[in-house]
Order: sequence, then C-alpha cells, then structure tokens
Amino acid sequence: MSVPLTLLGLLEREPSHGYDLKRDYDMYFGRGKPLRYSQVYATLSRLARDGKAIAGPVEQGAGPERRRYVITDSGTSDVERWLTEPAPPEPDLQSELFAKVVLALLLGRPAGRYLDLQRAAHLQRMRELTELKRDGEPLNVLLADHSIYRLEADLRWIDHTAARLDLLARAVRP
Amino acid sequence: MTVDRPGTETITEARNLFLSFGETPALRGASLTVRRGESVAVMGPSGSGKSTLLHCLAGILVPDEGEVWSGGQRLDTLSDDRRSALRRDKFGFVFQYGQLVPELTAEENVALPLLLSGTRRGPAMTAARRWFPALGLDGLERRRSGELSGGQAQRVALARGLVADPEVLFADEPTGSLDSVAGELVMELLTAAVRTRGTTVVLVTHDARVAAYADREVVVRDGKVSTLTGVEP
Repeated sequence: MSVPLTLLGLLEREPSHGYDLKRDYDMYFGRGKPLRYSQVYATLSRLARDGKAIAGPVEQGAGPERRRYVITDSGTSDVERWLTEPAPPEPDLQSELFAKVVLALLLGRPAGRYLDLQRAAHLQRMRELTELKRDGEPLNVLLADHSIYRLEADLRWIDHTAARLDLLARAVRP
Repeated sequence: MTVDRPGTETITEARNLFLSFGETPALRGASLTVRRGESVAVMGPSGSGKSTLLHCLAGILVPDEGEVWSGGQRLDTLSDDRRSALRRDKFGFVFQYGQLVPELTAEENVALPLLLSGTRRGPAMTAARRWFPALGLDGLERRRSGELSGGQAQRVALARGLVADPEVLFADEPTGSLDSVAGELVMELLTAAVRTRGTTVVLVTHDARVAAYADREVVVRDGKVSTLTGVEP
C-alpha cells in the first residue's frame, strides 16, 4: 500500500497537520501497524518538495511540528488517478505457502501434511475473524471480510493443490 | 442468554461406518464424535462422502457396517419407524434448497415438525410465528415458498429446523444456493439461534466461510474422516 498517496488522499479532505493525518491513517489503515511520526513528516516533506502539497508556516504551540499542509492540484490529480488504477492483481505470487509446497515436493518431504496444517491454521483465523465481525462495527466488518475472502482464496488453492500433489511431485522431481 | 458450550458429553457418534451405493463406496471407515452443544463443520471435496456421513448420523441412511449412536442410543439397529420417530423428536434439518412444501404457507412450513409430532394446530402455529421477527421474516408468514426469495426461503427452512427445539441440527450446505450476503445472514442467524439454545450442529459445507461459523471442522476424504492435523500425505 502506498503511504504517500494514502496520506495525500487524507489531505484532500482539508488542510491538515501531520498529527491529524497520522491519527486518521492509524484509525482507518494502521490496524496494529501505526505510522511513526518521523515517517509522516518525512513523507509530507517529500510531497511538498515534489509539488503535491504545500507546507504552511510553522505555527506556535507545543508538541510535534505544527505545520499545516494543503494539497495542490497536482496532488489531487495523483490521488484521483491512483483511486481509479487497479492494484497489481498478482500480489502474492511468491507467497510463503507456494514456496513451502514447492520446496517440500523438491525435497520429498510431506507436502500434504503441511497443507493440512496450513488449512487448519487458515480456518482457525477465519473463525476468529468471523467472531470479530459480530461486534458489527462497519469498518471492522469490512476489514475482517477482506481478510476472510483472501484466506478463502488461499484455502481454495490449498485444496486444489492437495488434490494434485502426486502430479506436482512428478513435475518438480522428474 | 447463551448456553455454556460445548460440553464434554457425546451426543452423536459415527463408529467406523461403511456404506456403498451399488458398487460405489461412499463411506470407508468413517468415524466422528460430536459433543453436546458444539458445532462441527464437515468439509471435503465433492463425492468425498460428507453428505452421506451426515445422512447416517441423522438416521436417514443406515450404514452397511459400523454403528451410529445418538444420545446413548444406537440408531442403525432401530426399526424404520423408531428411527423416524427419533428423527422427528430429536433432530432438525436444513438442506441446500430449503425444500419447503410449496402448497403450505411459510408459517405452516415452520409449524410442520410440531404438527407431525402431534402438537395441536393452534399452539404449533403460535410457536411457528414467533420465529418470523427473529429471522427478519416479519410479514411473510402467509406467503408460499414460490413468493419468497432464496434467502427468505432458507430462513424459513432454518426456523422449521429449529422450531421443535431439536437436540441436533443437521445442515447440509445450508447456504449453497444463496449469494454471499444472503448466505452470511442465514449463518449469522443460525449461529445466534443455536448458541442461545445450546443446540448441537453438524454442518456439511464445502465453503470455508460457512465452516468458519462452526467451532471446529473435520475433512472427509475418500469416505473417511480426517481431522486437519496429523494427517500424513
């Protein structure tokens, strides 16, 4: 996920301090991985340098840097383009699951057992996420669903692969 | 109120079941133990025998070999009549296509298990109607199945499966004919209803998102049950 474009998108709502942008980023997208202040301010400086945002004067006050940022027309265009651009449709092609199955097959180790264990771990996580959805908070539900559907895709691949292990073993160890 | 669950008491059990349809083996030594109050998802590829196992546990099919137990009673050696009576009194069912009786209204469909077990019509209909608000079916009591959406029909089927307060609810692909949103609603309602009552659930599904509503899952492969851990390739 692009942190600069996400911050720029948040900035499009209204001129904001770095502090506000970090708070909103963490609330919507952070989920256990909050941004560091240094990362926020470094990103805002780069956006200002590249003409995507304008940094206002330093304001009086305690705490972190008090400087308000305003998005430029060029920044707005970038956000608009980014929001209509499809993300790369093959983000997990080199996933750990894939690597473990291929290596297990190459080494003659029990890939089927690994797939069963992975399947159980995926389903356990899906159960936790399904339970999480019961709190009904719409953003949590949306995020949990996103994870559930991705796990489901993995599970379908796991089942599909488990059914073809013999064939695959012959392919990697002719 | 949510009933503490699951307990440690075995409520339904398959012991080393074998069953063939003609020359085709469906179960080849399938065993499964379900504790009172738990919900178990039975998963597996098409043709693996998962629905056959459910039908044996529910006393709909009788295995060629092996034993089926329910609440301390052996099921597979009972006469057809006694097995039917036990099914009617102890079990509830939800199938992939609600299988509502088209000539009956939605509320009559829900009341059906009670009517069949001898409850008088008045009390049976009253009990049936109580389910409609809880399942988001207000105002649909008099509709016939042809006048209901797939999701509504499946919720009516769920009410019918639970109206007699069964010990075990057997659900075979209960969301299989629904889109993801309607299916999710059925599973949320099913989960809430069985948790409140402490009903045991045996749920056959190929859908991991549906299985995730259960307490645990087992996989049926080639007519045998394997837990997901400790399976050799």
